[in-house]
Amino acid sequence: MPESSSNSTSVLTALKQAWPAVLVLILLALVPTISQVIDNPFIIRLFTRVVIFAIVAVALNFVLGFGALVSMMHAGLFGIGAYVVAIFAFHEYDSSPLWLIPGTANLAVTIPLAIIVTAFAAALTGAVSLRTSGAYFIMITLAFNQMLYYFFVALQKYGGDDGLQILASLEFAGVNISRRVTFYYIALCVLAVTLVLFSRLINSRFGVILQATAQNERRVIALGISPLRYKLAAFVISGAVTGLAGALWATGQQFVSPSDLSWIRSADFVVMAVLGGMARVWGPVLGAVVIVLLEALLPNYTQFWQLPFGVIVILIVVYLQGGLADLFGRARQPGGGGH
Amino acid sequence: MGAPLLEVKTLQKRFAGIVATNDLSLDVKAGETHALIGPNGAGKTTLIAQLQGELTPDGGTILFNGRDITREPAHRRAHLGIARSFQITSVFPQFTVLANVALAVQAQQGHGFRFFRAACDDPSLTRPAREAIDQIGLSDRAHVYAEDLSHGERRQLELAMALAMKPALLLLDEPMAGMGRQDGQRMTRILEGLKKNYAILLVEHDMDAVFALADRLTVLVAGRAIATGLPDAIRSDPAVKAAYLGHGS
Repeated sequence: MPESSSNSTSVLTALKQAWPAVLVLILLALVPTISQVIDNPFIIRLFTRVVIFAIVAVALNFVLGFGALVSMMHAGLFGIGAYVVAIFAFHEYDSSPLWLIPGTANLAVTIPLAIIVTAFAAALTGAVSLRTSGAYFIMITLAFNQMLYYFFVALQKYGGDDGLQILASLEFAGVNISRRVTFYYIALCVLAVTLVLFSRLINSRFGVILQATAQNERRVIALGISPLRYKLAAFVISGAVTGLAGALWATGQQFVSPSDLSWIRSADFVVMAVLGGMARVWGPVLGAVVIVLLEALLPNYTQFWQLPFGVIVILIVVYLQGGLADLFGRARQPGGGGH
Repeated sequence: MGAPLLEVKTLQKRFAGIVATNDLSLDVKAGETHALIGPNGAGKTTLIAQLQGELTPDGGTILFNGRDITREPAHRRAHLGIARSFQITSVFPQFTVLANVALAVQAQQGHGFRFFRAACDDPSLTRPAREAIDQIGLSDRAHVYAEDLSHGERRQLELAMALAMKPALLLLDEPMAGMGRQDGQRMTRILEGLKKNYAILLVEHDMDAVFALADRLTVLVAGRAIATGLPDAIRSDPAVKAAYLGHGS
């Protein structure tokens, strides 16, 4: 096949496969306008939550849907990213150094720092947990999540159980990004970049090894590939993006607490990925939209909202085995197709 | 034929008291097809797994190209040139035929940490993959997902993946397992073609295929090699007849 035509066709096929993602991003981009028209600022807050959780769900799905690694510690990683921003802002407000490092409310410093710290935490915990698989992997990551949770509960200086309010005014290299609408669009851009990043990763040599390992690890080894380092790299990348989402979360909320790290939230992220559709990079975005909206809206109708919530989740999983993404047609693993 | 490519010396493996490999010695010379026959439970697959590196022997040594690989992990042995095809088909069901074989090429090249370029239209992967697919006669099925292949085709894919690793030694664990007569004959013809270019250790129950392909045979009974020799010598060996061939022919 000639090189040039394969290049332009691959852009076309990428668009053909990703149009539901583009559609969802366009709809999400309309949210601030809708919120203005119907004069309901709460909608932006709600959808900021949707977008940030969607980033985590997409990052989690990289290891879950394509690596068959059911991580129950992504809320923990999310919390690490959030606490990095909040703790540095605390020291800025307090004018006290963190050991020897001065505090700062500049997100141009603390967001990259949040990513690095979370990636490091993912590397440490991954190096241990990835030596196991299946149910053991779930249990170990769950245990790490609880360790992180109680670690932040124990940090009395930073509010312990009560959480930590960010009192310093956060800025990005001198630019104020705390306006609701501005911040919403920033988060949405991060989501879009995340989707592009993981779409590329999935189809790369690296992504193909990850998917192959999930299907048949024994065969991957027999081919001459030692899978652990690839799983670890995938876990670190997933963790780093999750840390970024946590940093955005702290910025948007101006508040972090150990409840952001609760294992139930880890499970929520897994549900978002499964419900949205694990076979596509963008599937979990649909899951995040549906879960966050149901959680917000159902309690308006009944205090027993978990009941209809559960029924809806069951119906989706039973009737759409590939998740909500199946509404846009059945998918096969993207890395597996060849031209 | 030259010096042995693979040399197995006094290999031992036991599982909870059952001796699966018992003081086993054999060798495969460069360019030779060495068939391993024996009744079910003789320890043929266990031996293949130890040679490939999935199982570690309890004693003895395995030399490959004169180098001791007894403790070498499986993925490194693959890079040294040992490729195994599995008795129970082991492919990537949700990949196409081409993607399955391209992964084998990629593994052989050893560049796994490439994050952005799409692997599926990288000619440095797909070209060698297509060669292996052509060689094995699956060309018109290249874009079919492995889970949609027939059993016989999946056996062929299994073999194409092993070839794409550019091995020096092929460990073929019952390549005709579960195949009908026609598919079996086709596979025999494919292996006759491969025989010229590779050293092969062949485990197979189909005696027609074994005697058509093998330069030498080793008969394995209860983990022990009871005879090694040229096909005619094995066919007329009384101990072999008693232990094994007697039932079939």
